[in-house]
Amino acid sequence: MAGNERGLAGDLGLESALRRRLLMGLAAVPAASLLPRLAQAAGPPTASVNTTGLAVTDTEVTVGILHSVTGTMAISETGAQQAEKLAIEEINAAGGVLGRKIKVIQEDGASDWPTFAEKAKKLLVNDKCAAVMGCWTSASRKAVLPVFEQYNGMLYYPTFYEGLEESKNVIYTGQEATQQILASLDWVAKEKDAKTFFFIGSDYIWPRTSNKIARKHVENVLKGKVVGEEYFPLGHTQFNSVINKIKLTKPNVIFTDVVGGSNVAFYKQLKAAGIDLSKQVLMTISVTEDEIDGIGGENIAGAYACMKYFQSLKNPNNEKFVAAFKKMWGEKTVIGDVTQAAYLGPYLWKLTAEKAGSFDVDKIAAASAGVEFKSAPEGYVKIHPNHHLWSKTRVGKALPNGQFEVVYESPDLIEPNPFPKGYQ
Amino acid sequence: MKLPTLNDNPFMKPVEWMALALLCGLIFCVLPLALDGFRLNLVGKYLTYAFVALGLVICWGYCGILSLGQGVFFGLGGYCMAMYLKLEASSVENTKIQSTPGIPDFMDWNQITALPWFWAPFKSLPLTLIAVVLVPTLFAFVIGAAMFKRRVGGTYFAIITQAIAAILTILIVGQQGYTGGINGITDLRTLHGWDIRTDAAKTILYFVNGGLLVACVLVAQYVKRSKLGRILVAMRDKEDRVRFSGYGVASFKIFAFCLAAAFAAIGGAMFTLQVGFMSPSFVGIVPSIEMVIYAAVGGRLSLFGAIYGTLLVNWAKTTFSESFPELWLFGLGALFIAVVLAFPNGLAGVWRQHVEPRLTRRPKAASPAALPQGAPAE
Amino acid sequence: MFGEYSLGDLGAIFAMQGFAGLILFSVYVLMALGLAIIFGQMGVINMAHGEFMILGAYVTYLCSGFFQAHLPGIFPAYFFLAMALAFVAAGLLGMVVEWALIRHLYKRPLDTLLATWGLSLILQQAYRSIFGAREVGVELPSWMMGSVQATDTIEIPINGLFVMAITVLITLAVAGLLFASRYGKQVRAVMQNRVMAGAVGIDTGRVDRLTFGLGCGIAGVAGSAFTMIGSTGPTSGQLYIVDTFLIVVFGGAASLLGTIASAFSISQTQSTLEFFLSGSTAKVITLLAVVAILMLRPQGLFTLKVRR
Repeated sequence: MAGNERGLAGDLGLESALRRRLLMGLAAVPAASLLPRLAQAAGPPTASVNTTGLAVTDTEVTVGILHSVTGTMAISETGAQQAEKLAIEEINAAGGVLGRKIKVIQEDGASDWPTFAEKAKKLLVNDKCAAVMGCWTSASRKAVLPVFEQYNGMLYYPTFYEGLEESKNVIYTGQEATQQILASLDWVAKEKDAKTFFFIGSDYIWPRTSNKIARKHVENVLKGKVVGEEYFPLGHTQFNSVINKIKLTKPNVIFTDVVGGSNVAFYKQLKAAGIDLSKQVLMTISVTEDEIDGIGGENIAGAYACMKYFQSLKNPNNEKFVAAFKKMWGEKTVIGDVTQAAYLGPYLWKLTAEKAGSFDVDKIAAASAGVEFKSAPEGYVKIHPNHHLWSKTRVGKALPNGQFEVVYESPDLIEPNPFPKGYQ
Repeated sequence: MKLPTLNDNPFMKPVEWMALALLCGLIFCVLPLALDGFRLNLVGKYLTYAFVALGLVICWGYCGILSLGQGVFFGLGGYCMAMYLKLEASSVENTKIQSTPGIPDFMDWNQITALPWFWAPFKSLPLTLIAVVLVPTLFAFVIGAAMFKRRVGGTYFAIITQAIAAILTILIVGQQGYTGGINGITDLRTLHGWDIRTDAAKTILYFVNGGLLVACVLVAQYVKRSKLGRILVAMRDKEDRVRFSGYGVASFKIFAFCLAAAFAAIGGAMFTLQVGFMSPSFVGIVPSIEMVIYAAVGGRLSLFGAIYGTLLVNWAKTTFSESFPELWLFGLGALFIAVVLAFPNGLAGVWRQHVEPRLTRRPKAASPAALPQGAPAE
Repeated sequence: MFGEYSLGDLGAIFAMQGFAGLILFSVYVLMALGLAIIFGQMGVINMAHGEFMILGAYVTYLCSGFFQAHLPGIFPAYFFLAMALAFVAAGLLGMVVEWALIRHLYKRPLDTLLATWGLSLILQQAYRSIFGAREVGVELPSWMMGSVQATDTIEIPINGLFVMAITVLITLAVAGLLFASRYGKQVRAVMQNRVMAGAVGIDTGRVDRLTFGLGCGIAGVAGSAFTMIGSTGPTSGQLYIVDTFLIVVFGGAASLLGTIASAFSISQTQSTLEFFLSGSTAKVITLLAVVAILMLRPQGLFTLKVRR
């Protein structure tokens, strides 16, 4: 396994700093591999698992949760936060981490980036959290990143995002852009014989970067054509003009990364304008089960979404996860891609701590590469040396009941590549 | 309201000297001694908003112009500072993994291969410091000149400034190759080689911030007590009469608006230095209105009140949102309504009506000669 | 850019584009009409206007749920009842707010701005506590979601037609009420000279309350209509507020005709620009043009000749 990784790193010509980090990570593996067994017995003494003054006692270890409970982002972040709490509860019920129960301190980022930075600092400096699960938007992550690097904390970030980032102090449990997009574009080009694409996005960094990568892939690899690329301010609710442009250019595929409330307006107007999603192929990278709640399943039925996880995935891990989630948060809740990625955070941290035999952030960061989580709801995942996850790409077709039917699954795990060569 | 004539009008009344001394004591002694580094940095952040509130006291309280776009100037000041810091952080060595080293990372991600012209001046610290104040002030001048010359005022001005805040936000978010987009300009490290991220640097910045704030209070106090301040108040209360007396009303309004913009810009620059990033979320409508509330809670007619108001609202926001995030918005909303309905002059009004009379009555009775002659009786 | 399209295609597109502009126009008029009454006629800056709209949207949401569960037979027609209820609910809340808050502030218009902003925060949090932070999906009767095939290439969305019809109806009703009824005369009298109106025996307090309630009620209807095209969440109302105020101010605050003219010019500009440029750029250019024109002509497009 390790040799395999080294080979991959060499093949891809990773930067030297990354290679060094990778080697460090490998070095930590043999020393740490003995410790998990010890941990299950009673838990090693505090002095040995915590040499840097984190909030770890003989019975407890403190972990922070940092999401927006108030403000505009509360809509999206609720699910992530619920999944993290579920995972932590399950871990505690199963005996905790290194023999210690997880104690949660939750802070509200209030959809405001300096507040995120402020609360991140509080969690690290005042509360000495061993790890923090949190953030949703890129802006909030960018705001807390210097804090985590300065005070040496560990952040588990759940959202699929634009890439172009890699930090020792962050584990990205969502997909970066290439991982999410490329396989699904290949699929749509092959299955639907798509040659022309129309891109519509909200106007900020994630859609723009994702569309840039998609455009390069369409033009250079698939030899197709992008016939339109449009961006609208966040919260925009009038899409009739762009729908007319779509009718004029008649693309094979509409490729969208519209976010938030704009989604609702977009799909309702698309349907009202007579664009039938059972005939017109639409591929979205921004609609999960959570968004469909607001859009209404009947308005988006027939659209394709590319994600790594859908609530309807058929495997025992996922069935167990969905049942537990609904038991804890209510029958009516739905589980989207990010919610599942958030659920991975506490487990990956637990597995890494057990592998490293320590809560020390440096040891966790070093031991992360290669950590495998076999019972993830999305299936097997593994942490790459660049701190992103190896995971599969799946394409789901939206059904009128608000769920997705999985129509494609990439055969292998896809390697995360936050700085994709040839796509920048 | 009884107005003393200009001649027996000292720069500051004894009560105001006391208030200044109290404020200095609070900012420079009590808070640094009482709070740990983390909380002190928070207070430093709040105090940067106090600059805006101070400007609003002059421009709204004294001149009657309510601007709902102060976030624009706060943001412009902050962005000017952030551009300098970002260029310094994007040295060729730091950015050698990029396809074009030496330019900020977000430009590289957006296929920009050379530094845009309007970034170039921000390589120099002196030019940056000038730009921090000058760019927002000039912008305020352009808006003010266009609007006040045509006698746009009151609610119209408020709504137009609000629209400007909305436009600028969309523009910054949309032009992400040049501005960093919605993420803003992040990961700022050093100011002329001095690491601003360390705790020591943050403490020093806190004191610099406090010093600048006191300086701005003195400038505002000077304006308020000068003949100019009298004209501003006269304009607020009866604009036509001032105009008929031969004053160019527009120029005075433009001045007040520009001054408020300059204060906000200084606040923005200090914000960037202390918080370590700048993003469009401080430019928009919501922060702009919140800043008006700071001034309203403190008392729109009181310079010191505005500062205490800012501290109080922000302290409440942090405390409440830590323990009861849901209650916080109800509380904030109720605060707005209460301030408008029950305490139109804010904290300062409560102080003047209920506390000050009790404080001054007794010493007055004991030694009436202690007050300098001609001091205005409250 | 049109070289590669056939003439027939282009004709169809321009027809549909004109229609898109008309839908946007109707939406803007609906948004602005309530505010034009409250701000234009009464001089109150109601920053909570968007929250009154969302109240209407939530009422529609509740109705759709209720009808689906209990009266599925008449579900296709529930929307009309929902709109009426939205009007009543938002109007009543508006009257309560006027009584508790606004009536103390008629002499201080800028302060109404702060107080109603506070109100909007409270309402937002109330929606969040009651309906949850997530957006809710309003299920629409299926007849509303289709489109009419006018020619082979021109398709007209039914909900667009519906919004346009509602807009025309409400505009006519408001115009009739304000310019042809006794109540309308009283409203205009109170707005022009409150003291004198009181002196000739008009109950100014009652007129104020009804007028504010009317403005909020129309906002509620607008919100109800928006469930067809937009999203419904606790903070959705904030999205509309800047646009709405600009439309009213651009039209010349005291003139209903001005509001309609301004909604028309802004919507056509934006819709046309959106077709040729990217959505973000179109929005910025439209807003900039409005602000620039307001700087040159601060009284707006239409002004009433009143003695000051």
